[in-house]
Amino acid sequence: MKHNVLILLFFIGFLASSQDYFPDSQAVKTKSENFVALHSATIHVSSKKTIEYATILFKNGKIIDVGKSVKLPENTIKIDAKGKHIYPSFIEVYSDFGIKKIESAPRQSQPQYDPNRKGYYWNDHVRPDQNAISHFEFDDSEAEKLRKSGFGVVNTHITDGFVRGTSALFALNESENVNENLLSKHSAQYFAFDKSKQSRQAYPSSIMGFTALLRQFYLDTEAYQNGLIDNKDLAIEAFIGNKNLPQIFNVDNYLNALRADKIGDQFGVQYTIIGSGDEYKRVQEIKDTKAKFILPLDFPEAFDVENPHLRDYLSLSEMRHWHHAPANPKILADNDITFAFTSKGLESPDELLKNLRKSIDLGLDKNLALAALTEVPAEIIGKSDQLGTLEKGKIANFFISSKALFEDDFKIYENWVQGERHIFEDIDVIDISGQYNLTFEGETYELNIKNEAEKYSAEVKQDTLKLGSKLTYEKGWLNLILTETDKDSDKYVLLTSKIDTSNKAISGKAILPNGDETKFTATIATNKESEDKDEDKDEEKEDESDAKLLNVRYPNMAYGLKDKTKESHRLLIKNATVITGESEGTLENTDVLVIDGKIEKIDRNLNDRRAEVIEGEGKYLTAGIVDEHSHIAASSVNEGGHNSSAEVTMEDAVNPDDISIYRALAGGVTSVQLLHGSANPIGGQSAILKLKWGEDAEDMIYDNSPKFIKFALGENVKQSNWGGNSRFPQSRMGVEQVFIDYFTRAKEYEHKKNSGETYRKDEEMETLLEIINGERFISCHSYVQSEINMLMKVAEQFGFTVNTFTHILEGYKVADKMKAHGAGASTFSDWWAYKYEVNDAIPFNAAIMHNQGITVAINSDDGEMIRRLNQEAAKTIKYGDVSEDEAWKFVTLNPAKLLHIEDRVGSIKVGKDADLVLWNVHPLSVYAKPEKTMIEGQIYFDLEKDLAMRESIKEERNFLINKMMKAKNKGLKTQPIKKKEKEFLHCDSLDELNHTHE
Amino acid sequence: MNSTIHTNKMKNFSNTIQILIALLISISTMAQQTPAPEQNETISIVGGTAHIGNGEVIEDAVIVFDNGKITYVGTDKTQAKGKQISAENNHIYPGFIAPNATLGLVEIDAVKATDDEDELGKMLPHVRSIIAYNTESKIVESMRPNGVLMGQIAPRGGRISGTSSIVHFDAWNWEDAIIKEDDGIHLNWPSSFKRSGSWYDAERPFEQNKKYDSEVENLITYFQNAKVYNSDEKDLEFEAMQGLFEGSKSLFVHVDGEKEIQDVISFKKQMNFDQLTIVGAYQSHKLAKLLKSENISVLIQRVHSTPTFEDDDYDLPYKLPKILHDAGVLVALEGSGSMERMNSRNLPFYAGTAAAFGLDKEIALQMITLNTAKILGVDNQIGSLEVGKDATLFISEGDALDMKTNKLIQAFIQGRNISLETHQTELYQRYSDKYDD
Repeated sequence: MKHNVLILLFFIGFLASSQDYFPDSQAVKTKSENFVALHSATIHVSSKKTIEYATILFKNGKIIDVGKSVKLPENTIKIDAKGKHIYPSFIEVYSDFGIKKIESAPRQSQPQYDPNRKGYYWNDHVRPDQNAISHFEFDDSEAEKLRKSGFGVVNTHITDGFVRGTSALFALNESENVNENLLSKHSAQYFAFDKSKQSRQAYPSSIMGFTALLRQFYLDTEAYQNGLIDNKDLAIEAFIGNKNLPQIFNVDNYLNALRADKIGDQFGVQYTIIGSGDEYKRVQEIKDTKAKFILPLDFPEAFDVENPHLRDYLSLSEMRHWHHAPANPKILADNDITFAFTSKGLESPDELLKNLRKSIDLGLDKNLALAALTEVPAEIIGKSDQLGTLEKGKIANFFISSKALFEDDFKIYENWVQGERHIFEDIDVIDISGQYNLTFEGETYELNIKNEAEKYSAEVKQDTLKLGSKLTYEKGWLNLILTETDKDSDKYVLLTSKIDTSNKAISGKAILPNGDETKFTATIATNKESEDKDEDKDEEKEDESDAKLLNVRYPNMAYGLKDKTKESHRLLIKNATVITGESEGTLENTDVLVIDGKIEKIDRNLNDRRAEVIEGEGKYLTAGIVDEHSHIAASSVNEGGHNSSAEVTMEDAVNPDDISIYRALAGGVTSVQLLHGSANPIGGQSAILKLKWGEDAEDMIYDNSPKFIKFALGENVKQSNWGGNSRFPQSRMGVEQVFIDYFTRAKEYEHKKNSGETYRKDEEMETLLEIINGERFISCHSYVQSEINMLMKVAEQFGFTVNTFTHILEGYKVADKMKAHGAGASTFSDWWAYKYEVNDAIPFNAAIMHNQGITVAINSDDGEMIRRLNQEAAKTIKYGDVSEDEAWKFVTLNPAKLLHIEDRVGSIKVGKDADLVLWNVHPLSVYAKPEKTMIEGQIYFDLEKDLAMRESIKEERNFLINKMMKAKNKGLKTQPIKKKEKEFLHCDSLDELNHTHE
Repeated sequence: MNSTIHTNKMKNFSNTIQILIALLISISTMAQQTPAPEQNETISIVGGTAHIGNGEVIEDAVIVFDNGKITYVGTDKTQAKGKQISAENNHIYPGFIAPNATLGLVEIDAVKATDDEDELGKMLPHVRSIIAYNTESKIVESMRPNGVLMGQIAPRGGRISGTSSIVHFDAWNWEDAIIKEDDGIHLNWPSSFKRSGSWYDAERPFEQNKKYDSEVENLITYFQNAKVYNSDEKDLEFEAMQGLFEGSKSLFVHVDGEKEIQDVISFKKQMNFDQLTIVGAYQSHKLAKLLKSENISVLIQRVHSTPTFEDDDYDLPYKLPKILHDAGVLVALEGSGSMERMNSRNLPFYAGTAAAFGLDKEIALQMITLNTAKILGVDNQIGSLEVGKDATLFISEGDALDMKTNKLIQAFIQGRNISLETHQTELYQRYSDKYDD
């Protein structure tokens, strides 16, 4: 056996020079035509096929045959791999292996709006022209790490920018010539919601900016191909060239995975998604993407919960994620989602298998796990014909291991890449563990050689004296360094022996401190195994009971729901005081019947046997509150990278996992307009949501939602309060011109569009056209009367109406003009004094505008105020003597009207959605609180259930904290053991060798 | 459909009449902003429900005040003298007190030139808010129509922000406004956790403040040095601190976390302070009993707040006053935080919300009147409708803790019949007139 190893080391030299057209002046060129066969091994040909006592035969880096009875040609070097396992080596698909450092663009004092690059796309973050090869230098030490972890090939790319360009596929062999280990020059195209550090261009600055930019880039590529763009664009050309490559999208949370996939659907592209490990949170939606996933295994570590004060700062969502993350692959597998694994996020690739083991322990199928490291990644990069399994004709990329994957003491001895051998540990080590009697120079010592997962260590004693010792056992050579028996000596004895038989009698040379050489012998006393092992096993079993998985909640956090899909049912609310918000006014002792989410009947003494009855006696039933101006449930609020961002939509930025949703429900709010921020004159499109806590983003967005867009005026858009002074406009005068300019361009665009000529589709212009054509409504952030008046004049000039002025704190000064124009108003009850333009804001504003016949709403614009909009409405009674009925409409029917959803919500009326709130007292009282909040007949907030949830949150927190304590205590248990070891022996370096006494 | 329709027409009509009368009185008696003249005749408020501020309610009450001081509170109609004001069907309250406020120190948040609340430096006990207090602030006058008639004006920023003073909201200048000058020193206790990132970040996780222990250490050393300070060598900072040790100044420690509050309790013992007030005190509910036994009073953070932690009860900020009160802690409400100045007028509604979440209404009222006065050390002068105290009070159409019915008819500060007009009511009037014409 040992002979074979030596021969092979020799043989490798030949393999390396198999590219015969390269001149070589160093040696005589000889091409090997020999075969290599590994035999008697358990060969895992693929995740589905394992052959015992099998042989794999290969030549020139290609597999010739594999099986139980492979015919070996004469010129075959045979290697006995009896008892060993052979696996196809792993494939890393997300990596910046060998990519040279990317320099960052210098910081600037003012935001940059234009691109740096000339001849490319107008946005610097779109860089499909980047390719890995041009920035590549093979990294030997990284390659060694990857090989040791079982990888054979790596797909590498420049991990910078939004559209990141192409990757290259490398076999992990050192090579003087790139083309020897280069398997593919352009293997895939990568994306990420990330800006390039090579440019400071401001746009995009938000998730909805990224999604809009990508859509427009696809549209522009189409236009370019159709000859509609005159100038040459190297980025677009590169993108066209990359079209047929696998398209791989890197995201950092599951929401972004869904967002990326949605764009892909629109343009007929199916991305493979490099996930973030939280896909389990919405597994159904993830499944619906039909995407393959590349999953990281960088599971969060247990938090240090031993400090009781720290615990409060840890949310149940973080703890749950810690708990669930290792189960992510299993949960995805149970839902038939195809995935690969990546070592992305791990400090070192050798953590991959260690972490994956956690997933296996939680029930992930081992074969699936293997496929996720081999076949699936091969398939993702379109290389299934060459990689991923050990079938005939494929590249001979495999590793040899001690045990089957995921078994205890699994380790990799060798990793063969393109048939080239990389040895990490001897495949056939003679086990020398045991208790010996060591003798040299007439003295006898007790020598205990331990073998833990083929890591050898020694302990040497003479009576009670323990000697410092260090043992190495590599390539058949045993070296043992001992301190002298004299405690104060800093001199050492070196024992060395070549082990080539397993008869457990060791003899060799001892070199004494004075340089004299003599003989030593060590004869076996006992063959005993480590005694601690059984105990360890017991502990592990105990831990398995902890592995009990909590149900994933929707969202997976405090107050999340166990089950997000509920059956629609019938509800009957009895004997309540019903504030209809309609001409019927307030009805005493009245019942409301809800069927299939709609209000079916409003009357006294209603009966419905099948309905669930809610007793409303002494309580008030109202329509759910509608907030015209909100920013809760948003992943991002502003796309301020341009002065117009009409192309972006908040529908791309909805975050259904925001606790503010639940808290708003507890305040009786059922619908909100999620508005873009006010960073620019033309902001982004709105998302109008029902606060269906537990549902996903798409399900919260209104069906057939009216189209809205945010506009803004004044201090924010002219950047008065944060020092930006490089973006037009800087004054209210400029704001008007921005609008006129954009609408004029939109008209020109329309002209071209209607002319019948082919045209370049522009999402921004399409949106502006919708406004002009009355298909999309403006909600305009506004404060002072001059600008309010201005926008109405601009709108009139282009023939449309400003639907809503929001904030509109000086609306009372131009209420007559607003009425004449037909604008509505959504204002604060009493906010003022926070900036100069609200100096004349008065709490009577709502009342005056209302008295002038304007449709007035009171909004929150705030995650706190949204919790008690009923109180804000009541303030209009104090400030301006608005009647109770009208005041209540300020937060229900009127905002519904402003949002064009009054046919569905805003009042209690037969046929409308059953978005209802049951209050303890009249909702305009400061003492009011919602007891139940319903949307479409489903109860989304219930005071009693809330109390019960508090208890379960407490329980879960305790369960998880205990689990973490255990995780840490396991560490603590190993700590003393480690300490003990240190006392006995610390053998990292000779300097630290010292005597210790037991 | 069988229905009963509520109408509020009658009620609205009478409301309107009352408001009109109130408007006429105030317009005819004085112009906006001008402080009211001294009380020159005895005034008696007769009838109505008097909310004393100490938990008591007197129906059909008689309240008499003279020379700015209350001389009678009871039900004996024969005690009424001088000018009589009927408060039938109305409610009488002691003026509300906004502690830990920055009213008059900043006019417009975004305009730096109007900002005088935060001085440069860490240890600034000698910095005094009172001299920057702007009596003519438009925001200060906007407090009065809501019943907020007094406040403790405190500086912000630094470790020791400086020294506050207590004022009433009807004065020609800051000297005239003083109820108690330099009443307390405000200390921002270090935080063991800090939010990372910037305000505009979507997610801002908490990070441990590794310097916490040394920050606390430094603070204690500073206090120890101040305590043994020998005035032979003058030190402005330590000079200003002396009141704390002599008992003439109160210490207000702004602190939120449980661990930090525990550390404040140790600090109090170490420094031998008899009394101390913590401000904000978000996690004080975990230590309510201890706070009681350690004689620590609490100025509780704005009731209209969101819970700090995701897992917290949605109503924790609403019910915090009740939790502490039930444990016997002396509690008052404060309102610092975002847009704190303009929001100070919502102080009564903070109390109202606390009542909505279980607190007795009169106790809630006490938390913005007598308890506040006690904590500020001025309960001998203000805080309740009791004989001998300032006649700083108002008549409201209805329950003043409820926005719907908090409608002031008349208000007095030290017996002076103050205007309830403001910059805002003036604009309201002007534009209402514009559209009426």
